Amino acid sequence: MIAFIGRRLGTMALTMLCLTLVVFFMVNLEPNLRKLAISQLDMRSSDEHIESWLVKNGYRDNFFVRYGRWLGVVQKQPYVDPDTGAVTPRFGYCDEPAEPHYGGILQGNFGCSTKFKTTVAAKLFPALGATGILMFWVMVVMVPVALLIGVLAGMREGTRTDRSLSVASIATTATPEYVSGVIFTVIFASWLGWLNGSAASATRVGITFSNFTLPVMTMAIYGIGYIARMTRASMVEVMTQQYIRTARLKGLAFNAVVIKHALRNALIAPFTVIMLQFPWLLTGVVIVEVMFRYQGFGYTLVEAAGNNDIDLLLGCSLVSVFVVLFTQLISDVGYAYLNPRIRVS
Amino acid sequence: MELEYLGVFQILLGVLWRFWPVWVALAIVLVLSYAFKPRLGLYGQLFDTGVGVAGVVICLFWAFTAIFADIVSPFDPLTQVFVMKDALPGAIEPETGQAFLFGGDRLARDVFSRMVFGSQIVLVIAPAATLFALMVGTTLGLPAGYYGGRVDSVLSFLANLVLAFPVILLFYLLVTPGIMDTPIPYAMAGVFFLFPIIFFCALFYTRFRSRPRLLAVQVVLTVLIGGWIYAGLVFDADPLGIISIRPNELNIFVAVVFASSPGVFRIVRGLVMDIKTRDYVAAAQTRGESPWYIMLWEVLPNARGPLIVDVCLRIGYTTILLGTLGYFGLGLAPESPDWGTAIKESSRLLRAYVHPALPPVVALMSFVLGLNLLADALREQSLKD
Repeated sequence: MIAFIGRRLGTMALTMLCLTLVVFFMVNLEPNLRKLAISQLDMRSSDEHIESWLVKNGYRDNFFVRYGRWLGVVQKQPYVDPDTGAVTPRFGYCDEPAEPHYGGILQGNFGCSTKFKTTVAAKLFPALGATGILMFWVMVVMVPVALLIGVLAGMREGTRTDRSLSVASIATTATPEYVSGVIFTVIFASWLGWLNGSAASATRVGITFSNFTLPVMTMAIYGIGYIARMTRASMVEVMTQQYIRTARLKGLAFNAVVIKHALRNALIAPFTVIMLQFPWLLTGVVIVEVMFRYQGFGYTLVEAAGNNDIDLLLGCSLVSVFVVLFTQLISDVGYAYLNPRIRVS
Repeated sequence: MELEYLGVFQILLGVLWRFWPVWVALAIVLVLSYAFKPRLGLYGQLFDTGVGVAGVVICLFWAFTAIFADIVSPFDPLTQVFVMKDALPGAIEPETGQAFLFGGDRLARDVFSRMVFGSQIVLVIAPAATLFALMVGTTLGLPAGYYGGRVDSVLSFLANLVLAFPVILLFYLLVTPGIMDTPIPYAMAGVFFLFPIIFFCALFYTRFRSRPRLLAVQVVLTVLIGGWIYAGLVFDADPLGIISIRPNELNIFVAVVFASSPGVFRIVRGLVMDIKTRDYVAAAQTRGESPWYIMLWEVLPNARGPLIVDVCLRIGYTTILLGTLGYFGLGLAPESPDWGTAIKESSRLLRAYVHPALPPVVALMSFVLGLNLLADALREQSLKD
């Protein structure tokens, strides 16, 4: 088991290295660098001005040297004025020291956000916290509802309940966040006026029922159908097993059989599915946070991408890739742990 | 100037009436399908269940809407009629006397016509991109599953690499106006669009190797047709001028293919690993068939059931991805009538006007729902055998 986890962690590190290299390459394409320079200077800057800004801030150095700097294996250089010899840090607003130093991911330094004029850590981690709260409530709503629907549909296969619940769950998988978000806002905010159509106040004032229900509902609905269908399939399979028939034949009530015998075995497969939902939720987070103006991780990612904020975007990708790979690892390990028939060696 | 309005009932009738070519076509197809049901195989079996019928009807409805968009829609999707700005549903346009059945949007365009023309964009890009992704995923998934070992490790690592990217980040990196100045989308298109040609050449070569005459004809035809489409799509240099694609559409297309082929790859690989243990594969190996013959002519036909189901689901998922792209304003032009862009435009003004948001939302949802129902019915039918 330890060897398995170790190997997986190794693959994970390699994947993260490759992916950040790809992201680094993409954000350093010429049009993107120009976009960054223009957003840092102003719209009417001349080409020479842009070029000198890029050279001054080290964006014209060798690609791998810059990647190494971001990673923390090459020293970051301060800016030295060629005329006076005065040494100034590249990004004053991030408290960068004015001498060469190692300051990359390996040192725990995520870099400096050019858009928000602060360190990436100061921007990214509060945003992650805000998204964590959102995710928590989504999970609290989504998982029990989905499991309930799946178990109810799967315990008596082919009945009317099963069929209507199945069609309902297919319908929710056909409703992406930007569709359900619009529909819910129309119903609950525009027509009924019960809920707040924007979660912007959640960041300022705090989370309330009226400003947080819509984002949570919108995000949960897309995932519910998928988990419910997986639970149903797993439940249907379990209900045909010999031990269920034995339990029924020895005179146990149907409910007792479902709760005591079937449920535990039927919930192994959905566990994996729920863990693998996190990458999907990550996309959902971006849509929902933009739609309801909630200042979390997704909002930060969109801002970073829109302004080509290199360090912030790299930080965001690192975090999201880590979430994806880590949940995959947990789902594999957890599956092996829950299911005694599977042994990882 | 006061606008005149139709009543709710008249709007409903008007919408039903506008779709008349769709109803006619739908009726013809359904009558024919029922008449020849026993001879239609899997497609005929779909009509045994309510879910299957619903799926087929919804998908055909949108397909015919896309085909007859010019007849169905009363107005041009881009024309602005200034008096109709934010007009409520059923408002009558004074000059032509035609009604804006679903009202006008912020820029005074007919919401109904935009929805109808939006179906054209979605129904061209989503299935086409899915088919290309299927080609790429199959061509790479077959050897990965069949050979295993190092080929499998490398290809799986690459697939997982793409899958580990959150889709939205991928799109923000791949679909930006800036990237069209670089050769990256064209290079990717050049690689992806090569796969169908390779696939079909391999398909014909393995089967008809012993009949060089026939093989030559097939390979020449594949290369000619494939090369024609390839030149049109990648270099925008179709000698006949029929196939052309705008750079931003190519960009979207490539990004969507890139995002969904690893998923196909994983499914094909899993299926191949399962199927290659069967007796008929062993028999073919004993006969001395080449590995690619076994993959393409023994394994692939037997994997078609799950693959067809997956393609249905994946077209729906691609539609959702296209909507996401539109929603974030990536790639498609801001005035484009596709559903995602329309949802983005209207959702900003939801407090003031609700009506421009609902048609594209319902359209997208119903189309994806139709595909999912179709996939569900197909899965059930293929499990029966």
